[in-house]
Amino acid sequence: MGDRGPAGALPTAASPAALAFPIELRGASKSFAGIRVLNDVSFDMRVGEVHALLGENGAGKSTLIKILSGLYRADEGEISINGRAVKFATPREAHAAGIATVHQELLLFPELTVAENIFLGQAPKTHWRLLDWQAMRQRARQLLDSLDSPDLDIDAKVGTLSIANRQRVEIARALSQDARVLIMDEPTAALAEADVQRLMDIVRRLKARGVAIVYVSHRLSEIFALADRVTVLRDGNHVGTLDIGEVDENRLVSMMVGRAIDRLYPPKQGESGESLLELRHVAYRNVVSGISFDLKRGEILGIAGLVGSGRTETALTIFGITPATAGEILIDGSPVTIASPEAARDLGIAYIPEDRGSQGLIRTQTISENVALANLKRLSTGFMVDAAKVRKEAENAIRRFGIRARGPDQTVRELSGGNQQKVVLGKWLATNPRILIMDEPTRGIDVGSKAEIHILMRKLAGEGMAILMISSELPEVLGMSDRVLVMNGGRIVATFDRQDATPEAVGAAMTRAGGEKAA
Amino acid sequence: MSNAATTVPIGRTPFRRFLGGYGQEIVVLLSIAALFAVVGAVNQRFLSDNNINAIFAGNAYIAIAAIGMSMVIVSGHIDVSVGSLIGVIATMAGTLAVSGYPVWIAWVAPILFAIAVNAGVGALIAYTRIPSIVVTLGMLSILKGGLISVTAGAWITNLPAEFMIAQMRPFGIPSAVWFMVGLTVIAALFMRYTDFGRAIYAVGGNIEAARAAGLNPERTVVGVFALHGFFAGIAGILFATQLQVIQSTVPPNLELTVITASVIGGVSILGGTGTVIGSTLAAILFACIGSALIFLNVSAYWLRAVLGLMILATVLADMARRRRAR
Repeated sequence: MGDRGPAGALPTAASPAALAFPIELRGASKSFAGIRVLNDVSFDMRVGEVHALLGENGAGKSTLIKILSGLYRADEGEISINGRAVKFATPREAHAAGIATVHQELLLFPELTVAENIFLGQAPKTHWRLLDWQAMRQRARQLLDSLDSPDLDIDAKVGTLSIANRQRVEIARALSQDARVLIMDEPTAALAEADVQRLMDIVRRLKARGVAIVYVSHRLSEIFALADRVTVLRDGNHVGTLDIGEVDENRLVSMMVGRAIDRLYPPKQGESGESLLELRHVAYRNVVSGISFDLKRGEILGIAGLVGSGRTETALTIFGITPATAGEILIDGSPVTIASPEAARDLGIAYIPEDRGSQGLIRTQTISENVALANLKRLSTGFMVDAAKVRKEAENAIRRFGIRARGPDQTVRELSGGNQQKVVLGKWLATNPRILIMDEPTRGIDVGSKAEIHILMRKLAGEGMAILMISSELPEVLGMSDRVLVMNGGRIVATFDRQDATPEAVGAAMTRAGGEKAA
Repeated sequence: MSNAATTVPIGRTPFRRFLGGYGQEIVVLLSIAALFAVVGAVNQRFLSDNNINAIFAGNAYIAIAAIGMSMVIVSGHIDVSVGSLIGVIATMAGTLAVSGYPVWIAWVAPILFAIAVNAGVGALIAYTRIPSIVVTLGMLSILKGGLISVTAGAWITNLPAEFMIAQMRPFGIPSAVWFMVGLTVIAALFMRYTDFGRAIYAVGGNIEAARAAGLNPERTVVGVFALHGFFAGIAGILFATQLQVIQSTVPPNLELTVITASVIGGVSILGGTGTVIGSTLAAILFACIGSALIFLNVSAYWLRAVLGLMILATVLADMARRRRAR
């Protein structure tokens, strides 16, 4: 192991050798199970530049990053450093070539100290080839000081640190390896505003030292504040690479989402009816606040926003998981208190969570058992669950939603993602709700099943159900919604009718540095 | 290390680092001290040389097996077959000794066997991803069943005197105690100061992060199980040579006692943290409790109940600590 010898010296300011360090990825393509997720993408890095990588979810950013950091190998295309072709078989080889990655899901060891996390796998040694803890701690201290973090305790276990501090540990880890290219995958996604500013300062420091930084973020304000160049990917294709001076927000957003989406989605059936659910200045702690909107019978209301904008939190508050701490919720015009999910269910609200693996389904059980779970009371006689009723319910769901399964007794695990999502629908619709909240209804399922879910949603709305849909995919929000709410920083920042909801307008509202706290 | 006082502090003081890194070990050590003080006050004979020798020497093999077990649990796995393995090793060593093989072969060959068996178990776990509890449960049955079939439970007697390593007393101290102390110190330094030692913590703490750090988690797991085999082998030899007779059966509940020592010594059942010093101290603590029950005229059957309570208390404390750390 650690045969790179004592690592961890501070990266020095751009030496002549470092200046001649262009890294280039040419014509990279990558497919998974026959689906091309990256198609002939080229990308290059210059010394001391911040190169932003932009694109929607599924655009291919993560795949590109993973190729650069040695986790994936491209099917086609090549990486070259200084014009010399290189191949990374493992992350370790990418490290050795000077490419380090700060992953979005921070890859740290919670039970080990800060110092050890920074140096694990490449720790300084004494001449007996034993770990030199004192040197390790000293270098960790120096590295963190150089990242303007003298307050970070090198002897603390990483599991006790805040997310922002864990991220600093990861950055220090990357620098300990003398990284000349640092890839940062959505580094600010989980950070509070003050920590974002501090992170941006660190990025500027590194840039001044000659480190080339690949910066992935959805937040356009950060990109305009930091980046020298920006590359946009869409559906695995390279849309363009431009100097930051050549683009403005609108141009970037249309590069990201620009495509005809009208015909992909089923048309609205009938008119929206009277108002069913109304929120007046609803807040939950300081997570979401001032939420006011109404949801009509037969309507699909879309909520757009970035991860962390308060979309899901709003849904959780309506469903009583995090009951509102201020404001009023009305159903059919009369005020109601929703203190628990049971209360929400009794009021006719159903919530289909984002993560169907952990929140929506018990995958090792059968379709019948899953469908029955939300309705045990109704499906029971006395203390006993009525097996015949359960079976009938499951058969209903299979028929109604076109679930492709052998029968009610098939385990959910064996179904495709789209069909699993239909079981979740079946489970919650068996409660006969009038208001349906769907969080990321089609995440992670294939295009065909996606369209089926969309048709189903339209059908339910046509039957008079009121649907509140949360989605990270802008095309889906724009294609499915009768009206669109945009959330940003825990508030509703814009509302659009269907005809006004252009990708540019919605995208701009999503990514604007929430008005009052502009950078 | 010692000039920290003259320079600007770079982190916590050595004392605070010691408290932070060895919390559970300190608790166990204090428990042992308290037990000696209280039981010794009630019954002087508890502190007699004979009894202290019996406590330490008679249970050293458990502490040694717990060293390997701690490594396995730190790496994120578990081995429930170690009791059976020790039974097989003891029988094997005794059979070789009475069959006229040189004593050193009777000692070394079973240890090599244990290393090979456990390396195989480790490879199966690492490369097929079958959970370790399943693989080692299978191993438990194979070893136990094999042992009884082959020996039909016959006792091995007339062991040669020079074979009885556990009964030797270099410098007046039982060799089992030398082994326990020596192996614990070596293993503790190994876990703390070598790449491989730290890789065990890394793999048990976050396997994906370990991979990203360039470690090879599969090879680490195989290595850990092989080491565990080495310690189990030594434990088996000491167990075989403790008494004048080897019973050719598996000592009941031995694996549970060994796992309990690791857990109470501060090794988290979730992996990634704990030390072998803790597990050795915990093994000593059990031995003290067992002996104390006798001196306090309490039925020895209470020992298991006491151990059970201690496991629950330790695991609850671990969970609470982790929740606070979130």
